[in-house]
Formats: sequence, structure tokens, C-alpha cells
Amino acid sequence: MFGLDAVELARAQFAFTVTFHIIFPAFSIGLASYLAVLEALWLWTGRDGYLNVFNYWLKIFAIAFAMGVVSGIVMSYQFGTNWSVYSDKVGPVIGPLMAYEVLTAFFLEAGFLGVMLFGLKRVGPKLHFLATLMVAVGTLISAFWILSANSWMQTPAGYAVNADGQFVSVDWLKVIFNPSFPYRLVHMVLAAYLTTSLVVGAVGAWHLLRNPHLPGPRVMFSMAMWMAALVAPLQILVGDQHGLNTLEHQPVKIMAMEGHFESHKDGAPLYLFGWPDQAKGELKWAIGIPKFGSLILKHQIDAPMAGLDTVPRQDWPPVPITFWSFRIMVGLGMLMLALGLFSLWERWRGRLYINRGLHRFAIAMGPAGFVAVIAGWVTTETGRQPFTVYGLLRTADSVSPLAAPAVGASLLAFIIVYFIIFAAGVLYILRLMAEPPHAGEAGPSSEPPLRSAGVTPAAGVVQGAIGS
Amino acid sequence: MSVAVDLATLWAFIIALTVFIYVVMDGFDLGLGILFPLFPGKQDRDVITNTVAPVWDGNETWLVLGGGGLMAAFPLAYAILLPALYAPLIAMLIGLIFRGVAFEFRWRTRSTRNLWDIAFAGGSWVAALAQGIALGAILQGVHVEGRHYAGGWWDWLTPFSILTGVSLVVGYALLGATWLILKTEGDLRDKAYRISWILLVLMLLAIAAVSLATPLLTIQYAQRWFSWPAIILTAPVPLAVIGVTVLLMKNLAQKHDGWPFFLALALFFLSYAGLGISMYPFIVPQSITIWQAAAPERSQLMMLPGVLVLVPLILGYTAWAYWVFRGKVGHDAGYH
Repeated sequence: MFGLDAVELARAQFAFTVTFHIIFPAFSIGLASYLAVLEALWLWTGRDGYLNVFNYWLKIFAIAFAMGVVSGIVMSYQFGTNWSVYSDKVGPVIGPLMAYEVLTAFFLEAGFLGVMLFGLKRVGPKLHFLATLMVAVGTLISAFWILSANSWMQTPAGYAVNADGQFVSVDWLKVIFNPSFPYRLVHMVLAAYLTTSLVVGAVGAWHLLRNPHLPGPRVMFSMAMWMAALVAPLQILVGDQHGLNTLEHQPVKIMAMEGHFESHKDGAPLYLFGWPDQAKGELKWAIGIPKFGSLILKHQIDAPMAGLDTVPRQDWPPVPITFWSFRIMVGLGMLMLALGLFSLWERWRGRLYINRGLHRFAIAMGPAGFVAVIAGWVTTETGRQPFTVYGLLRTADSVSPLAAPAVGASLLAFIIVYFIIFAAGVLYILRLMAEPPHAGEAGPSSEPPLRSAGVTPAAGVVQGAIGS
Repeated sequence: MSVAVDLATLWAFIIALTVFIYVVMDGFDLGLGILFPLFPGKQDRDVITNTVAPVWDGNETWLVLGGGGLMAAFPLAYAILLPALYAPLIAMLIGLIFRGVAFEFRWRTRSTRNLWDIAFAGGSWVAALAQGIALGAILQGVHVEGRHYAGGWWDWLTPFSILTGVSLVVGYALLGATWLILKTEGDLRDKAYRISWILLVLMLLAIAAVSLATPLLTIQYAQRWFSWPAIILTAPVPLAVIGVTVLLMKNLAQKHDGWPFFLALALFFLSYAGLGISMYPFIVPQSITIWQAAAPERSQLMMLPGVLVLVPLILGYTAWAYWVFRGKVGHDAGYH
């Protein structure tokens, strides 16, 4: 299909399905925690306003979670269908981690989800809060295991290779807590929290633009902006540490991210922009700050840095994708920081709920978390090519013995199906977001929400006032 | 070595149990989708989906554990079987996607609700058919060379695999119908009784057809079932099928709402035990045994405490969730 061979098609399919999938966990990890906080605030203060906001986001969570589940099942089978050699060789190490993910996380989320969505009246507030908490904890445990598995593929540790060519564990703690895992885990969980706070903030801002007195949107916007202001700087710090860790364990990835085709003996520049030419091995039209690359990566202005010219060509990752996706992620991160700081300033001036510029900025940044998450994953996954297990197992040697037409057909099917599902899901979520939370907001019910029939917005505001 | 042998058998049992729990939990769930075309009314459909809305997600998670567990405990079998079943598995995944999101989406739209109802029914049909076909394709054996699947990408398609595919659709539909007997009331329940009778007859035909066709596949299956002394072990299975069927008919006739579902599950269990008798100790029939496919001891050991502690815990809180949403679901209910 399109002149691609089976390996390229399998890679395209994996990239497409995993990119689609990550959108939903990135949102539901953060949203589950946010829901737990909202319900805790409701139980603690007894103010129904928090329950309204809780129920409002719960309906959105239900849709996003379902999309995450169905796209996740695809992932758990795709290792075998399309990457069978990889599964045979790496299964003994990665398999148990993923089995533990299912046992400790997926069941916890799925088991308590029903009670969380539909059970408030049946089990009462306290047990219901427990269910919400379990779902939130489940999403975090899930992140723990899957990022451990992914990190092991990036920075393998604690393994040996047996007679059948399989990787086997010699030390499970070293496998699980492999060198890049702590950084990747923190970076991803913070990314999920940021992503969610930007979405919540954008929805709050959208309704504040229409009516700055609505209590629900005020709660959302204020909480989201606190989150952005606190987490964005923290995330930049963590990202920097993650980068240093990558430099230590996957230096070639850093070379691609930085566009360092050539080695620098006394201080490498920090390229801001440029056009990586993989074939020629040079960064065209480069604009950079001299010596700044060494300063950031080695914290020493004249530190020598090796470039891709020290690496055999067949071990180069696709530099342009790695280079650009990294810049997209960092650029968005800076904008998130700006939003957080701007909101702090306006909060201090008492204009948080009335500054229309801030609200418009927040709305524009609504999808930024998703884009940054995807760009970040593209950076780390493209940058470790051409390997599935870094330095040990090549991507080309990992693939299933499948004919290109079979993979091409399934890829096409996934693209069509995912676009239908995605379009519908996003439409339904946006429809829910288009209405502000009302007083007596219903949870996920068996009926579509009644639209404005008999609900007087002004009265709703007074009833639902949280006292802000 | 003796430890490794025991571990492989234990893990084969765990994986088999996981797949069976999946069939128990998601079988009726898919069955509801299969029966959807027979219940065109909006109210009936709302009730039908409401009977599983709080639990479908957990039900499907057993499928993820089955896949993940197979990769972890028998990576070689996972690596051979999944490419061999490429087309049916992709079809199953896509079917599951449509029916899974339909649970949420059908409440969020009026104008296109019918489309999501079609997605729910169609996705359930495709997923069930694909699972049955995959089962048949495994039973009939796949072409293995070295550590790889070496057949073509249409090898799974045979009259036998079509037979197992259709059989599973019938079986899941029976589970769905008896579930409705358990969970609904009034006209809906009465209709479920009528459908159950028809499906039970179809299910018995399917069990008979698959039971007769399986020993014809290879001499190994025939020997397993009909040679002395194995027949002492195998003979009770068909007898038990007859016994359960009689009980099920009695309960259907006397309209005891609580029993048909569990008796239908018993039929499934017996069929499943029959499959196990046929396959053991092969995990890829006729070519790879569970010992050949077993992951290194350290991997199987590492997961053991997790399974032994967590699976009972999971079953515990899953049971709690079912308990919370126990009882009949009426037209007015919905879980507000």
C-alpha cells in the first residue's frame, strides 16, 4: 500500500493507534484526579456547587474513558498481531509488567467505574467517593506500569538473553525501576495533569466570557489556573532532568532532538530553528545560540558534545521528526508557563474572572496539552529508532511475518474507524462543554440531558452558588 | 525442571480460567448486542443496555488480561497465534470499539441514536463471530516453522472455523437472552423466554456439530475422546450436557427467572472443558506444547503472587459492583 513495505505499514499502524490512544489516558488520568478532588471538596464543604461541577465533568469523563478503553484493547493485541518477533523475545520481560498493569490498574478502574458513574444514590456519598478514588488511583497505577514497560525498552536494565534469544529478567527491581523510568513517569503524569487543567480552564474561560458570574465556570477556571501556574514550571524542571537522563542513556536521541549532526569540541550551540537534512547530514538555515547547548545539557559552557557524525548512519533516528516534535512540545510548554504566570498576575489584581484576554488565551490553550503530549511521545519514540529495545533489538527485526496487504488493510480500517469514533466522541464532548454546569446537574443518566427546558439560568446560578 | 513443568501447567490453567471468566462475563454482554435487532423499541433497548452499562467495562478487561497474560506466560504462543489470527482479531477489535463506545454515545444523541444502536449490534455480532472463528482456527492448527507463524493470512478461514464462529454467536445470544430473563420484567422478559427456547435448540445443534467435527480434524482429537481409558474422563462431559439441558428446559418451562442464565453458563463451562480436554497439553494445537511456549521460570514466578492475590480481590470487588446494581431493571430505572 502506497509503496510501503510490511515493516513501515506496521510502524504506521502502531504509531497511529497509539497516538490516538494516548489522547484519552492523558485526559482521563488528570480528570479522574480532578473528579476525586471535586468530590472530596463536596463532601468536605457540603456545597452542592462542587457536586454540580463534579457531575458535569463526570459525563465527559465517561465518554473519554470509554474511548480510552476501546482503543487500549487494540494496543494489548497489537504487540502480538504486528510485532510477534518482538513479543516472543521481549514478552518474558515486558509481559509481566503489562499483566500487572491489567491486574492492579485496569480492573480497579473498570470495577469501580460503574459505581462512580451510576451508583451515587445506590451506595451513598462515602462509598461513592471511595469508588471515585479507586478509579483515580487506578489511572495512576496504570501509568506506573505502562511507563515502566516503555522505559525498559528505552533504557533496558536487569536482563539477560537466553538460548532462544529471549530477554529474561535477572533482577525485577532493576527491570521495573530502570534508569529512565522515574523521569518518564513524573513527566507523563504531570503532562496529564497539565493537559486536563488546560481543558478544564478553557471550558471555564469559555463560559466566563459569556457570563463572568457563573459559579461553576469560576470554580473550574480558578482551580485549573492554579494547576497550570504550579505544574507548568515544575514540568519544565522535570523535562530538563529527563533530558539529562536521556543524554546519559540515549545520547543519539539528544543529538537528533538538538539537530547536532556535527560534533562540537568546545561547546555546542543550542539550535532554536533549522531544517534538518537527514540525507546530507546537516542542519540547514540553522539559527542557534553558541555554547548554549552545552550549558543546558552539561551545565558547562565549553563542554564537548559528540554529534551524529560519530554514529553509524544505520543507527540514526529520523532526525527531522525528532527535531521538530521536540520544538513543538517545548514551545507549547513555554506558552503554558506564560498562561500560568498571566493567571497568577490577574488573580493578584483581582481580575481572574473578568480579564477577557486571559480567558481567550486559556481557550486557545485548551488543546495545547494534547498536542504537547503527542509531540513529546513522538520525540521519545522516534528518537529511539531504529530500535524497539534500545541498542539491542531493531525495529525491522521485531515485526510479524505478515504480508503487506494484510497490514495495509488493517491500517486503513483503523484509520476509517478511528476517525468516525473520534469525530463523534469529540462532538458529544464539545456539546456537553457548550453548556455551563447547571444547578442540580445530572450525572451520566440514561437520557440525553434536557436542554434549557424549564431551566432558568439565573435561578440556577443563585441555587448553585458556591459562595465565590 | 519439575518446577518449570508444574508452573507451565498452572499457568495454562490460569490463562484458561481467565479466558473462561471472559466468556462468562462478556458473553452475555455481547449476546445483548446480538439480540438487539430483535428488540427494535427504544425503551426496550434502553433497558437492555442499562442492565450492563455499569459493568461492561470490567467484563471486557478480562479479554485484556487474557491477551496480556498469554504474552507474559506463553510469549511464543502469543507470537505465533496472533499473526495467524490476524484478520479475525482485527475484526474483533474493531467490533469491540464500535459496541464499546455505543454504550456512551447512544445516550448523547437523539438524531443518530439509531446509528449507534446499529454499531452496538453490528459490533457485537462481528466480535462474537470473530472470537468463534479464532477458536476454530486455533483448534484446526496453524502452520508453524521454527518460532514463527508460517501460513498465509487467509488460513483461518475454513468451514470448521465458520461453524465455531456461528456457534459462538448462538451461544452468546443464549447467554444474553437468559440474562434478560434474570434482569428484566414484563413483556421484555416474556420475549426473552421465547427467544431462549429457540436459542437453546440452536445451541444444542451447535454443540453437537462442533463435537462431531472436532475429532474429524485430526486423529489426536479422536484418540483423546474415544480411546480407552481416556473415555472414562471424556464420557461424563456429554452426559453432563444432557443433564444441564434438561434442567434448563425445566426452568424455562416453569419460568424460574433466576436459573436459566446460570444453567446456560454451565452449558458453556462443559463445552469449554471439552475444548480443554481436546487441546491439552498443546497451546498451539499439533505443534507447540505449553512447556515449549512457557516463558522463563522467573517471569512465570513473578506474576504468580499477583494472580493469586489480585484475581480473588478483583472477583471480590467485581461481585460488589454487580451486587450494587442487582435486581430487575425497569423501564423507568436508568441509573440516575
